[in-house]
Amino acid sequence: MSTQDWKFTAKDIAAKPNLFLSGHRACAGCGPATVLRLIMKATRGPTIVTQATGCMEIVGSIYPYTSWALPWIHTAFENAAANASGIEAALKIMRKKGKIKDEHIDVIALAGDGGTCDIGLQALSGAVERGHDFLFVLYDNEGYMNTGIQRSSSTPVGAATTTSPAGTIIPGKLEKKKPITEIMLAHGLEYVATATPYYWKDLLIKVRKGLEVEGPAFLHVFAPCPRGWRSEPCKTMEYSKLSVESCVFPLWEAVHGNRQLSAPSKVIALAPQKKKFLKDYLEGQGRFRHLFTPQNRPILDEIQQSIDVRWQKLLQQCQLSQL
Amino acid sequence: MTPLQIKQITLAMNGDEAIAYAVKQCDVDVVAAYPITPQTIIVEKFSEYVANGEAQTQYVCTESEHSAITACLAAGAAGARTFTASASAGLALMHEMLFVTSGARVPVVMAVANRALSAPLNIHGDHSDSMAERDSGWIQIYAENAQEAYDTIIQAFKIAEDIDISLPILIGVDGFTISHTLERVDTLPDDAVKEFVGERCFPMVLTHEGKTVPFRLDPANPLTMGPNALQNYYYEFKRQQTEGLNVAYKKIQEVNSEYAKLSGRCYGNGLIDTYQLDDAQIAIVVIGSTAGTLKAIVDKLRGQGIRAGILRIRTFRPFPVEDIKNALRNVKAVAVMDKCMSPGGFGAPVFTELRNALYDVSPRPIIVNYIFGLGGRDSSPPELCRIYDDLARIAKLGHAEKTVTYFGLRE
Amino acid sequence: MSKEKTWKDVSIAGVPSKSSIGFLTGDWKTYMPIHDSEKCIRCLVCAMLCPEGAIHFRPEHNRVEFNLNFCKGCGICANECPAKAIVMKMPEEEE
Repeated sequence: MSTQDWKFTAKDIAAKPNLFLSGHRACAGCGPATVLRLIMKATRGPTIVTQATGCMEIVGSIYPYTSWALPWIHTAFENAAANASGIEAALKIMRKKGKIKDEHIDVIALAGDGGTCDIGLQALSGAVERGHDFLFVLYDNEGYMNTGIQRSSSTPVGAATTTSPAGTIIPGKLEKKKPITEIMLAHGLEYVATATPYYWKDLLIKVRKGLEVEGPAFLHVFAPCPRGWRSEPCKTMEYSKLSVESCVFPLWEAVHGNRQLSAPSKVIALAPQKKKFLKDYLEGQGRFRHLFTPQNRPILDEIQQSIDVRWQKLLQQCQLSQL
Repeated sequence: MTPLQIKQITLAMNGDEAIAYAVKQCDVDVVAAYPITPQTIIVEKFSEYVANGEAQTQYVCTESEHSAITACLAAGAAGARTFTASASAGLALMHEMLFVTSGARVPVVMAVANRALSAPLNIHGDHSDSMAERDSGWIQIYAENAQEAYDTIIQAFKIAEDIDISLPILIGVDGFTISHTLERVDTLPDDAVKEFVGERCFPMVLTHEGKTVPFRLDPANPLTMGPNALQNYYYEFKRQQTEGLNVAYKKIQEVNSEYAKLSGRCYGNGLIDTYQLDDAQIAIVVIGSTAGTLKAIVDKLRGQGIRAGILRIRTFRPFPVEDIKNALRNVKAVAVMDKCMSPGGFGAPVFTELRNALYDVSPRPIIVNYIFGLGGRDSSPPELCRIYDDLARIAKLGHAEKTVTYFGLRE
Repeated sequence: MSKEKTWKDVSIAGVPSKSSIGFLTGDWKTYMPIHDSEKCIRCLVCAMLCPEGAIHFRPEHNRVEFNLNFCKGCGICANECPAKAIVMKMPEEEE
């Protein structure tokens, strides 16, 4: 099936039943909850989902209730990709032996930034190196929100968390966000992409592309967390949008390592005046409040500068890939 | 088929090879493993089978033992028959997932070539690794030699996959002593093994859709595995899990008898294996290959008119309390040999467990503990004979001067 | 405790026996969405972005419906609606 055949209009998507069901216990305004619901709307047929421990795992599976309308398994925090490996291997051989129906079953692994970039990185690296056919989706809310908003390697520089608090001497997290997509690209994956739920159609198409790839695919979904970011629940999708407009989280996809900007970011590349400032994105997020003081001004400038450098580098990477 | 009808082939194999051979015959769907001494030969040999098309198995070379057990658990959840093998640090790295596997009620079969735990680093045989996983909810059976390792792997799938058990099972073999020692192993034909093990069955489970379906990940019958259970339900699930081990207590005996009919080989009642114990006044209780060495000693002592016996605990989980009580009812002094320590505890795991089991027995034998063989230290027959000498003295005196002895240690 | 199942009756390994559709979260909210069908342009952005899956489109009636049994009152729908057809109000304000 080609992309043109996918009917990802709002009306079609709205008509598809939810596979991540209502009645889950995510906080009001939860970005990852929308992400999960949308991802499941992009599935193309029989699918098995495995999920790492984390908020989104907890909220959908509190016994005796489940929010999962499709087969779903959670085993631990650091091993979503190993779960996917086992499931994929099992399906492959059982299908070959005639122990199950001869049909393709998609495997999706879901994990937060802890279960992907930190504790889950080894299993992820191993699974993609082995080439299992599965889609790994990172929903990145930039911290260990489930355990009470601690720092992860995916927390951006400057952000205050409960383990990187904004103190009198240390102004929040000092270290930069781990470049997880670059790490995945270095593994030679056929499909790596970034997405964020405000651009829901872009997200759905990327999920579908990731599923259609034979072998591992990686999708990095930026998912604002109002509780952890100390932002207003109603602003979740606004931050999702601003993250792209400010080039904090540009949207792109790399097929066979050839990187292309996706439409929402391409618009900014073509019309740089549309690029929003970092502070438009940071303002209103309580986790960055301490940066808006005169003495921390240089930190803001520094972050803006590093975002600009990264954006320029990305533009070069995308232009190079077009040659 | 009966043992007479089946033509068994005798092969020269070490314990690891015997295990790999058995796994090959059991129609295993997924093997996920990470190499570690002294288990390595199992995965090497099995890789050869896969590479040569002799095993219809998806072999996943994971990047760690944690992922190996995870992949087996998840593959098992998807309906596959799964096997893994590990030892020592590898088993320790699996620790978290061992509890998850048993709690998730997925019947993974794992061979453990028992080895010491660091530090200091030591690759040789003792039971520290699997004894540390005593409470992980796995069935634990220990073999005495390569032949039993082969036979027990075949039995393991049948036990673990029983729908009323549905629990993972660990088969222990002494590192190097069994894993690397070449022995003659009688093997069953492939089809006889396949028939004996049968196809994997699944317990039925009620899902959120109100359907009762097989307990596996299947898009046709969606269900949720590995949920959260809070204060109101967690305890019920853990109690239910224990019941699986209670069922295994009977099943292990049944499978042992059934296998005896097929192969002509049985190991006691499957739970415990005794030697010259019926009229024994002194007895050694031990796990694993040491029982083989002790048999020669007992034969010698019997020749001298000393009523010595052996109780080998084959199944450590579920712990065969009644069988042990019954087997030791006439014994005056018992030495429990542990290839493991419980630092800071009163004796080592098998000792504490056995002594606890015999607390209510009257008359109660005197029970002492010999910690031995740590880090692969060898115990020669003359040395082991001294334990029976000690027991004879204890039985005569009516009390033990020392309850816990570090045996074979330079003091 | 009494109406909850015993260890003999629960499903193996905690397989949930209920769908969360039976677990209503509507009472979590402080504000509730008030939808103006006249202003609504049926773009369904609200339905796409709702974390709860509580907004449904009924093509047969060309209507957007809010399931207040699940709506947690986050206000994303109101914030994102390009036609400003949704406002968040306290239930008493609405009365």
